[in-house]
This record gives sequence, C-alpha cells and structure tokens, in this order.
Amino acid sequence: MSELTSLTIAQLRNGIRAGDFSAREVAEQYNAAVASARMLNAYTVETPDDALAAADAADKARGSGELGSLAGIPLGIKDLFATRGVNTTAGSSILKDFKPRYESTVTENLRRAGAGMLGKLNMDEFAMGSSNETSTYGPVISPWRRSDGGNAALAPGGSSGGSSAAVSAGIAPAATGTDTGGSIRQPAAFTGICGIKPTYGRCSRWGIVSFASSLDQAGPMAKTVRDCAIMLEAMAGFDPKDSTSLDLPVPKWEAGLSSDLKGKRVGIPKEYRIDGVPADIGALWDRGIEWLRDAGAEIVEISLPHTKYALPTYYIIAPAEASSNLARYDGVRYGLRVEGSGGLDGMYAATRAAGFGAEVRRRIMIGTYVLSAGFYDAYFTKAQKVRTLIKQDFTEAFEKCDLILTPTAPSAAFGLGDKTADPLSMYLNDVFAVPASLAGLPAMSVPGGLDEQGLPLGLHLIGRELDEQGVLNAGLAIEERAAFTAKPQRWW
Amino acid sequence: MSVTNEQVRHIAKLARIAMSDEEIERLVPEINNILGWVEQLGEVNTDGVEPLTAVIPNKLRLRDDAVTDGNKRDDILANAPVAEHGFFAVPKVIE
Repeated sequence: MSELTSLTIAQLRNGIRAGDFSAREVAEQYNAAVASARMLNAYTVETPDDALAAADAADKARGSGELGSLAGIPLGIKDLFATRGVNTTAGSSILKDFKPRYESTVTENLRRAGAGMLGKLNMDEFAMGSSNETSTYGPVISPWRRSDGGNAALAPGGSSGGSSAAVSAGIAPAATGTDTGGSIRQPAAFTGICGIKPTYGRCSRWGIVSFASSLDQAGPMAKTVRDCAIMLEAMAGFDPKDSTSLDLPVPKWEAGLSSDLKGKRVGIPKEYRIDGVPADIGALWDRGIEWLRDAGAEIVEISLPHTKYALPTYYIIAPAEASSNLARYDGVRYGLRVEGSGGLDGMYAATRAAGFGAEVRRRIMIGTYVLSAGFYDAYFTKAQKVRTLIKQDFTEAFEKCDLILTPTAPSAAFGLGDKTADPLSMYLNDVFAVPASLAGLPAMSVPGGLDEQGLPLGLHLIGRELDEQGVLNAGLAIEERAAFTAKPQRWW
Repeated sequence: MSVTNEQVRHIAKLARIAMSDEEIERLVPEINNILGWVEQLGEVNTDGVEPLTAVIPNKLRLRDDAVTDGNKRDDILANAPVAEHGFFAVPKVIE
C-alpha cells in the first residue's frame, strides 16, 4: 500500500470513489501517522475511532453511490470548534475538562459531508497568539527546520498552529482553522500549505469558542487550493443560529476553479512595501506578480493609505470584544472553578486568575480598559472609525482592481521563544493579514517558495466581499506556477 | 495616556481577575507600551466618519416568536463545576 497520507483530499476522494483503496485504509494510515508524531504536540486529543467510524460509513455507502463530498476523509479539527462529547478547550486551562453536549455548525456540516475526525488540534489560548506558544498544552513544534543543520525548534505560526503543523507533517490531509487577524493565513505561510479565510459570515460561528466576534471566521487549511475549495464548500452555509451568518447559497467553488486570469486586474498596494522585511519576501512578491501576469492578469499599483493603522486598530477592537466574550468564564456554568476567598466575587477573580494564561489576561485587561468609562470614545469608538476608513480603502481599491496580492507575513517561521518577551513584536507579525480581517474580506495564503534558510514563504490574495472564487482562482494560478513541492524532512 | 498601578488594579477588579502586586507591577509597563503604540490612531482624521458596526452589510434577522428549543437542563448543567438540585451552585451570597 502506497502512502495514502501523501495524497490530497481530491485524490483521496477520487480514490475512495473508484475503489482504489478503502476509506478504512486511509483512516488507519492517518491514525497511525497521528500516533507516531506526538513529538510535534499538534493534537490535544486523538479520536481514531471517530475517523474509523466515518470511514466505515463511507465504505458502506460506496455501493449505493451516495457519497458526500468528504466521505471517509479524516480531518483535524482546531480545538476552538465544539465537538460533541470530545474535549473542547480553546487551548485554555479554564476549559480543560469541557466536553460540549453539542457540535459546532461547521463541524456538523463537515460530518454531513461524510468527514471523520482524527482529533483536536492545539492552538494559541483562545486563538490569541501568532506562534501557538500561548497554549496551555505548550507550543506545537513546526515540522520544518532551517537548512543550516541546526535543530532550532520553530513556531508553526498561530493561532491555528496545530492545524498548520498537522497538514504539513502529513498527519491530517486538511484541518479546520479560524482566523481573527491572520490565524489561518500566517500559520499556512509558515508551514508551506494553503489556507483561506472566507468573507465574514460565510461560515457559521455557532459552536466556535468566541474570541472577537466581529472578526472571527472559520476556514480550511489544506495542501492545495483545490482542497481548500472542496473543504470550504462543505464548511460554509447559512445558519440561523449565527445572527451574522450570510443568507446566501454556497457557490460551487471547486467546479468554478480556473487559473486563467484574463481580464482580471491585480492590485499591488504600495503601502505593503515596508522596512525591515527580508529581501527574500520582496523577491517572492515580485515573482508572484510575474506569475499572475503570466496567467493573464493585468497588474496595477493601488494605494491602501490607512494600512499602517490596521494593527493598532485591531489591537483595540479585538481585545475589547475578547474582554466582553470572555466574561462568560465565571466558574459557574462550565470550566474551571477556584473557590478563592471572599464569596462569589472572590471565586470569579480566583477562577479567572488561575484559568487564563498571561497573554489572555493581558488582552482582557487592555480590552476592559479601552471599554471603560472615560476611555471608550478615545479608544474604542476611535478604532471603529478608523476601521471604517480601512474598509473604505479596500472599497476604493476594488474600483481599480479585482484582487490584491501581498506577502502573507513579514517573516518566515521564527524560533520558539524568539518573540515571547515582547508582545508588540509578536503582534507585528500579522501586519499584512489584519487589514483584510478588519474589512471582512476573503483572503488566502498560498505557498510561493522557500527562503534562503529553506523555510516556506506564502503569498497572500485578498478579494472583494463574497469573491472567494476570484481568490481561489488566483491562488490556483500561483500554485501552478510556483510548483511548490518542498516538504519538511522527517525528524519526529 | 498612560496607566498607573492604581488604574491597573482597578481594571483587574473590573475584569474580575485576581492579581498580585508583582503582576500589576509587571503589567503597567506592558500595557503602557501597547497603549503608546495604539495612540498613533490619533494622527488619523476621523471627523465625520461613522464608526463601523457591520463589516459586511447584513440585515438583522427576526424570527418568529416561538419556542424552538428547550428541555436541555441536564445538558446545560453537565459541565457545571458544581450543580445541585438542577441548579448551578455558587458560593453563598446571602447570609
């Protein structure tokens, strides 16, 4: 039996349908791969029986010809998605023993398409981080290493670091991620895989542990652009249980894939040429421009004048929403309780001090401050106004272009521990990802090449509202031309 | 603007997070560093700009005023740290 774990979702799907191999064989190989890669710390819970049950159901259904789009495909699920009866902790001690009695809409949709679950994937605590180092389970270790012969442990990116590490290490064919300010795209770029954040509202947020509700979106992380299209189609869709869910049909993104970009104008924002970005990243961006031109696109220079204000805007809005969302962890309804002293208030304070990690406490504090009496207008309202201007920048740019191309991140993967002492330096790693989040736009990272240290770099495509198809198609055009085949050398 | 130890202690109280004096000492410069950085938003002229409230234009839906859910008491209490007699239990608040 060849290595089924090297195949894409499309190949697995077609192979299962054709009877080249059984879904059970796929699940068994993946379960074994998951169990043999625990050094990466990518999974927080393994659910081999879940993967096998979905595989057996697919093998049984094959005779009838009624197979869902992901029938028998075992997936990794970020630990932010509520999964019935399976620990859902958001990487936090405060939810350590939480076993939901319900399933998130996105994972329910994936199950309806026939997918199984390999396990829950590690992540930054409450998705607050860009390196997976804030997890209560400890960091995920990237399967990638620098080509200098050293063994420095690298960050897989974050917050969806378990997802990115699992897909790039071949211990999940694809995984769910969530993106609040780059948490799908930056880890995808760090590990040489694809990841798309759809338009805000495409995927239901119901059953996803909330971080910043006006920004949080789920999306797929996978080996190829096609796999992202297949998986996003299964994840997306209107959900009455999410008040911001978009009541629109889900396009047939896979069927619509085309790398012919004739007639498309691709904007290159001059404000994204910032100081301190390694030359390799600028060079890759230039290659990306050539690839898209080669695919038929016209390249135009555009301006997004408020780009430099996106990160400070984000670091007011996201902590503000987080401080409100995380008020629910009170030691009463679910999760940890620490009695403390001083009655009910003492219990609240002791529980939250013990249950939240340092970065989450820091963000709750900032969020509480910017929402507090006397400071609300100066910080929160001001940030919401600048957010309007950032959104307007994109609206105006999309009068001149159909898509925007930028690098995904200002660096390749950094070492574990390199940025933990300085929260600001960690925040700055999302400089290219955050503006599209603030504007709710679909955006994708596609691997473009390796830097001089042998680490993956990503190219980032931003589309108009609801134009996931345009983003995927441009991603496909890059994928075909970049011919990115590098894989991490197995050391784990 | 920058925050003082006293203000940080007050924010911690509002956020219901117990904090030692050492942690407050440590947080003050961290928070001030971040606040100093976000203050660059002051450079942006936002006169006459409406704050963004919906990132993608969307109608707030209303649904029929009908019971669509319920009878889930045991599910709801299943993850409670302490539940008694079908209720969440909290430390005594009334003597």
